[in-house]
Amino acid sequence: MTREGYVNSALVAALIGVPLWAHVAGEPFTITLATRAVIFALAAVGLNLALGLGGLVSLGHAVFFGIGGYAMGILAYHAQIYSPMFPDTLAIEGTKSMPVIWLVAILCSALAAFVIGLLSLRTTGVYFIMITLAFGQMFYYFTISWSAYGGEDGLSIYIRNSFPGLNTLVPIQFYALCFALLGGALWLSARIARSPFGLMLNASRQVPHRVETVGLNGQRAKLLAFVISGAITGLAGALFADLNRFVSPTMFSWHMSGEIMIFVILGGVARLFGPVAGAVLFVAMEHVLGDLSDYWHIYLGAVLLGIVLFARGGVIGLLAGQAKGHD
Amino acid sequence: MTEPVLDIRGLTKHFGALVVSDEIDLSLRPGEIHAVIGPNGAGKSTLIAQICGTLAPDAGVIRLNGQDVTRLPTRARARMGLARTFQISALAMEDTVLQNAMLGALGAAGNPWRLFSRAISDKALRASAEAALDRVGLLDKAAMRTSDLSHGERRQLEVAVALTLKPAAFVMDEPMAGLGAEGGQRMTALLDQLRHEAPILLVEHDMDAVFALADRISVLVYGRIIASGPPDAIRTDAAVRDAYLGEDA
Amino acid sequence: MSAILIVEQVLNGLQFGVMLFLMAAGLTLIFGVMGLINLAHGSLYMIGAFIAATVAGLTGSFLLAVVAAMAAGAMAGALIEMTVIRRLYHTDHLDQVLATFALILIFSEGTRALFGSFPLYLDTPALLSGPVTLPGGIEYPRYRLALIAAGLAVALGLWLLIAKTRIGIQIRAGENDREMIAALGVDIRTLYTFVFALGAALAGLAGALVGAIQSVQVGMGEPVLILAFVVIVIGGIGSIKGAFVGALIVGLTDTLGGVFLPELFKLFMEPASATQIGASLSSMAIYLLMAAVLIWRPTGLFGVRT
Repeated sequence: MTREGYVNSALVAALIGVPLWAHVAGEPFTITLATRAVIFALAAVGLNLALGLGGLVSLGHAVFFGIGGYAMGILAYHAQIYSPMFPDTLAIEGTKSMPVIWLVAILCSALAAFVIGLLSLRTTGVYFIMITLAFGQMFYYFTISWSAYGGEDGLSIYIRNSFPGLNTLVPIQFYALCFALLGGALWLSARIARSPFGLMLNASRQVPHRVETVGLNGQRAKLLAFVISGAITGLAGALFADLNRFVSPTMFSWHMSGEIMIFVILGGVARLFGPVAGAVLFVAMEHVLGDLSDYWHIYLGAVLLGIVLFARGGVIGLLAGQAKGHD
Repeated sequence: MTEPVLDIRGLTKHFGALVVSDEIDLSLRPGEIHAVIGPNGAGKSTLIAQICGTLAPDAGVIRLNGQDVTRLPTRARARMGLARTFQISALAMEDTVLQNAMLGALGAAGNPWRLFSRAISDKALRASAEAALDRVGLLDKAAMRTSDLSHGERRQLEVAVALTLKPAAFVMDEPMAGLGAEGGQRMTALLDQLRHEAPILLVEHDMDAVFALADRISVLVYGRIIASGPPDAIRTDAAVRDAYLGEDA
Repeated sequence: MSAILIVEQVLNGLQFGVMLFLMAAGLTLIFGVMGLINLAHGSLYMIGAFIAATVAGLTGSFLLAVVAAMAAGAMAGALIEMTVIRRLYHTDHLDQVLATFALILIFSEGTRALFGSFPLYLDTPALLSGPVTLPGGIEYPRYRLALIAAGLAVALGLWLLIAKTRIGIQIRAGENDREMIAALGVDIRTLYTFVFALGAALAGLAGALVGAIQSVQVGMGEPVLILAFVVIVIGGIGSIKGAFVGALIVGLTDTLGGVFLPELFKLFMEPASATQIGASLSSMAIYLLMAAVLIWRPTGLFGVRT
């Protein structure tokens, strides 16, 4: 096994071992922290597909995170008030079923990613960054003005949604669901990275003109990567809303986009487990430094600056050397 | 005489007042190497860009195997068998040599939208890529990172990627650029063989290679073809000597 | 709806637009000359506002407050340019985004630690408070009119600086060809620091001027920053003229959309839902505008087309 393999294994072992220990020891707060880390990791795994493989520096992934969150919030809200959406016309009933909510979250965020990607991919470089950022802001202000679903105050959901055969109110069971979904997303990323599509995408990032001259449509490859990426981040948003039983426009804020990007960078871009390591580290810092100081973001900023200026491979790069994650 | 594989008629392109392609007629017949030479700024790069579809001409027609491709995008021309090599290597440097060759094979196979199978396990892709690498003498370096290749090896890999496309015609942009004497000879020998696979439109500065390889030479000066013919005729052409070759030839 | 309301709102839109221009000019200059995307530009705006509020509180002089805000912006800009930004010129945009995002975290939390979370207030100077009566009997706040004048004056000054002075020639050369300007014997490091500090001073100025009509608080720079991005995307990155035109378009669209879209919908809808839909749509109007410009011209109105 490579050094990166050991680092990854240790990470997975910790993500299984620590919550199990916390469950036995009766420390539900630790499980909640781990759940938060795993959900952030899922969002970042989504971004990493666009950023690491496709080279798309999206500063608007909070859009998908927020759409996933609102998909959960809106469906659960209608189930909670026993009143359908569009009562006069379509009369869509709300639901408290996680699988249905997840599906809606994935579909809606994929659709949004398709439209945003179609427009944004007309541009490259710094334009792409600014445009994705601006689209994020558009959704942010839209939800603030959307008073039917709480506007700026957001929506509270009283009881966590349900999953067949599990009691999602038990922290470890909800954690297990999130962990399984993260595993699925990592598996998907690993497959894509090694697939013919991944080969095309990878080359589109490095030498876009080459890809066209061998008869392939690199732009469309990037668009598909962006859509899958948005869908995964959207699923994470639905889980995050379920964890907090609350959604608000802040899920769309550009700080959220920045943080999802930070997860990827802290861990290491284009490394399969980079986003996981980054999210875990972020939540750990948030918890430990947050206890020490109200102004812990200063330290986060300093760490981030240090990594960008001096440790390009992120944490996994520091621990495992410069070798790349995928073959 | 056989039909030309690539046939260019009246190709014209202006940038403002500057004429970069002035009614260019050019053809490429099966089995031949047709070299295009000319001083810097003669319009060679813009000619290639128009042939390959990255720049739209103002007027004129480009036919590939009899079909009008003038308005088709780059990738459509590639699918019809137009294989281009770049003057400055356009290779995925982070990927392996084999992966670069497989990218070409993937384009030729036309089935890239597979997200779950492993590219490396696709026997057809791999066979095509390895055959092309073998052809240019890079098979033993297949697993190397492309950024670790020497300059000469990158030029060879460029040709290998083009080969995986099962081309109808090659368009090569200065394949000898930056090669030393030995590398140049190896590349010359390789191109000499490749002409039997598909004819080559060779844009090149290296005159030794051009006169050794070319069946026909066209001389491009200020966007116009001032002379076209077999090497011996070009060597003695007065207009060419005046405009370009000077006393060196 | 009266003509007076329309004139008032157009003036409000212009005022917002020229303030956006002060932000966008710095951003686009920094990108044009150094190729750097600077997310921390909003922090410099915030610093300007906080320094202005503090100095005005201590001295009672608005003019001194504005000068101090510009100086503080320029100094903070020069400081981060020399310590951090300089290392980012040759890296990719991703690194620039992350490093300048890190700077935002440091600046925002640092300001919160120093000044607390409660907003500060900056009073408009006595000389400029109260309304002024415009031709046609329209009353309009004197201060906002002064902002428009100040913004236009800065735009003119910036144009003169870039078109007519030696340093302007160097800046334009830097946009076109970095090697050439080094060959001309210009000290490129000093030039870069100057350009960054200039952009930062403009951001500080904008913060101070706007600080008098809204509360001064942590995070105030970010909405403006993102609008300034929209401005330069619409105008074309690197183009000062584009930033000016884009800023006015965005300022007017945002202001007029917020007022008139709900009114427009009231013509054929019941008032409650018209207000709702109008408000939602106007909050998205500038982004829809941006998307439309992009479809039409992917590099903005005055951007270099490739």
